[in-house]
Amino acid sequence: MSTPMIGWKEVPIAAVPFLSSKEYPTGEWAVFQPKINESKCIKCGLCWMYCPDSVYRWDGEGVPVPDLGHCKGCGICVAECPTKAIELIRV
Amino acid sequence: MATQSVWRPNIKELARRELKTRPVESGHRLCAGCGAGIIIRQIAMAARKSIVWINATGCVEVATTIFPYTSWNVPWAHNAFENAAAVASGVEAARKKLSRVGRFANDPDVELDYDIVVLGGDGGTYDIGIQSISGAFERRHKFMYVLYDNEAYMNTGIQRSGGTPFGARTTTTPVGKVIKGKPLFKKPIMDIIVAHQIPYAATISSAYWNDAIAKLRKGFEADGPAFIHAFSTCPLGWGSAPEDTVKIMRLAVETCVFPLYEVTNREYRLTGPSISIAKNPARKKPIEEYLKLQGRFRHMFKPENKWMIDKFQGWIDKQWEALLKRAGY
Amino acid sequence: MQDYGEQAMMALNGDEAVAWAVKQSNVDVVAAYPITPQTIIVEKISEFIHNGEVDLEFVKVESEHSALSASWGAALAGARAFTATAANGLALMWEILYIVASTRTPVVMTVANRALSAPINIHNDHSDSMGARDSGWIQIYSEDAQEAYDNTIMAFRIAEEAMLPVMITLDGFTISHTLQNVSVLPDEAISNFVGIREIPRIKLPEIHGEKEVPLMLNPKYPVSIGPLDLYDYYFEHKVQQNEAMKASIPVIEKAHKEYGEISGRSYEPVHMIPYRTEDADVVILGLSSAMSVVKKVVDQLREDGKKVGAIRLRVFRPFPADIIRKELSGLTAVGVLDRSLSFGAEGGPVALEVRSALYSSLSKPAVYNYIYGLGGRELSPKLIAKAFNELLEVKVEPENPTVKYLGVRE
Ligand SMILES: Cc1ncc(C[n+]2csc(CCOP(=O)(O)OP(=O)(O)O)c2C)c(N)n1
Ligand code: SF4
Ligand code: SF4
Ligand code: SF4
Ligand SMILES: [Mg+2]
Repeated sequence: MSTPMIGWKEVPIAAVPFLSSKEYPTGEWAVFQPKINESKCIKCGLCWMYCPDSVYRWDGEGVPVPDLGHCKGCGICVAECPTKAIELIRV
Repeated sequence: MATQSVWRPNIKELARRELKTRPVESGHRLCAGCGAGIIIRQIAMAARKSIVWINATGCVEVATTIFPYTSWNVPWAHNAFENAAAVASGVEAARKKLSRVGRFANDPDVELDYDIVVLGGDGGTYDIGIQSISGAFERRHKFMYVLYDNEAYMNTGIQRSGGTPFGARTTTTPVGKVIKGKPLFKKPIMDIIVAHQIPYAATISSAYWNDAIAKLRKGFEADGPAFIHAFSTCPLGWGSAPEDTVKIMRLAVETCVFPLYEVTNREYRLTGPSISIAKNPARKKPIEEYLKLQGRFRHMFKPENKWMIDKFQGWIDKQWEALLKRAGY
Repeated sequence: MQDYGEQAMMALNGDEAVAWAVKQSNVDVVAAYPITPQTIIVEKISEFIHNGEVDLEFVKVESEHSALSASWGAALAGARAFTATAANGLALMWEILYIVASTRTPVVMTVANRALSAPINIHNDHSDSMGARDSGWIQIYSEDAQEAYDNTIMAFRIAEEAMLPVMITLDGFTISHTLQNVSVLPDEAISNFVGIREIPRIKLPEIHGEKEVPLMLNPKYPVSIGPLDLYDYYFEHKVQQNEAMKASIPVIEKAHKEYGEISGRSYEPVHMIPYRTEDADVVILGLSSAMSVVKKVVDQLREDGKKVGAIRLRVFRPFPADIIRKELSGLTAVGVLDRSLSFGAEGGPVALEVRSALYSSLSKPAVYNYIYGLGGRELSPKLIAKAFNELLEVKVEPENPTVKYLGVRE
């Protein structure tokens, strides 16, 4: 997405940021992104815990769901999954 | 006395809480695999109530608030590099006074019941910020200071800091023909902090997430200043593979490069794997296992530089023995 | 208007007068570090607290850098915050001065003007606050202890309404340590005048919807303060800040007018006070306590039939260029007093500003700059009279130096 350009008269005072970074697609950085093999997943949540980018949504019960729009493809979740349920796929 | 927390982090509950509110949003611009990204999430997970976050200049500050974006869904402020503890002192003084007089008691838009957390890098803590931290701790302000230690000034391009370990290559301690990496050892920051006799200080490695989050919670609960020294893998600055970030966090503990312990009112206690290493020294891994995953130590593996690994190992052994004594082993 | 009863006449030095103003102004947090000649302020405030006469948190920081940083934190957390310093202390704050102003944080600071090192010198000149003139703080210079008291009180109103930090100065020792009769208003009058700090509101539709949320560290409506700003927005933020500085002029005037109504002291016209200038050919313009002496010399010279006057500039930032132009155009000559140097520049900071304000005037006077009083050197009436006489005989010649030192040995 492109950053909105606002003039000095409209931009909020004190340089307070006015957008959430969730609007910023860091997933575009990734060359590889994870894919969970649901049958291997034991729902331990470690992929959720260790992701530096808060990519996984996990309700504590099911298989965590990645928000790939923000995944930078670092591979930590792949390396830390105890059952090797995650693999990196070229995007 | 720091309140001894009985709270144990439950990963499922933490995940459900994050589904509702995400204190730190995605879309920040830390490097892929940055350890600090894990640490800031774990800090937020440990919160017992609302928090206010004060950040020193450094990678986290820069990457999470690139105007017009912010990654923070908690109140967040950054002033400068060396003064985060001073800023927090002011926030705490204000909260005290405003709460005492019930200033916003009738204002539904304002909440004053919060814990204060400060985040600073090794540059902001060991070096340029040490004065303001020391002052704030002497004055007994109630806030938790978290040091994310990636062992160099990363934001400005990997220059050495007081927290850079022996031998490490940085852009100001290059591997030259005569001098190879940093000739000096890491400053004993925990000893300096503990000397302030604050109620709670601890080391954490995010790989041991339950140990880390439990300690962070104790830091929030401490009756006065608390200090958390968090080990923060930096793939960019360390020349490590992004996927190895958590593995390196684990190895740092297993080799006693970064032992896990807490100091409650000057009493030392080992935690996590550091206990089992203390009880069974055979479990202590040689530092090579830790060093070899990081490009910043690569030169030490050349035969002519082997003395560097020996020297580093010797120093680590001494530090570890001293810690064992303090922890009653 | 409410009648608060009599003002109390108290014998106070300038520092004590400031401490009284702070005590009466519903300040929540003070963070400060001692330095001569500011020390009496922090001592007196400590005394008030330890005697239970005021309820505020005093953060006794380990440096001035931390003093201003803590004041910033306190203000962002919703408090009315005050600090005070001088010379080296202000220099140590330099980095944070800009940050406080750029984040639009209404901190009030008293500077007991003192010379900058080296050599170390504890006495008065204006090199400290002049060094901070471009940092985005409103600057008001006081002539005496009474004004230091009045200005400090008004500063809270101005800072909070303009959303800009305010620096009130008083001359070290000459004012800070000199006893004077100061009219102190009843506590209630000041308390009502300054009120309790109100938190400004901000609209961030993408984050908090249409609601205007308090601009403070507040878990109910989180905001991020102090981000990284790149070339795509930094310029807009700086222009906005500069415009806010200009927009503070009516705010400053309003605070003075309303303060005048309760105190009888409104310092009109607010930005610069002329003295016997109506038919003057020649005027000396300057800041602070030295202007008391200049006014006495004006009286003497007027007795000799010389058409001279004085102008005391009070508000140096925002600089009242329009008013200066109006007031000075048509005069034959103006002598501008500067109690600091701008090393390597064509004159001291005040002269530089006055000259540039006059440049677009069609009938500009000759401007001569007198650097005086560095490191506490006395400015005698004799020296001032000498300057006036020089100005009265002024011939504009290119080889005539326009920057002179008053009272230095050759
Ligand atoms: C007073 C001051 N000096 C220098 C800098 C430049 N600077 C910005 S961040 C930084 C290094 C930060 O290092 P650290 O605290 O370790 O955090 P990291 O970037 O490694 O996360 C430096 C030197 C600055 N911002 N302010
Ligand atoms: S780490 Fe692996 S096993 Fe555990 S929840 Fe994630 S995908 Fe499933
Ligand atoms: S690859 Fe990295 S960024 Fe992507 S989901 Fe896994 S841990 Fe998160
Ligand atoms: S340089 Fe290191 S600490 Fe900074 S964002 Fe990149 S990985 Fe993280
Ligand atoms: Mg660092």
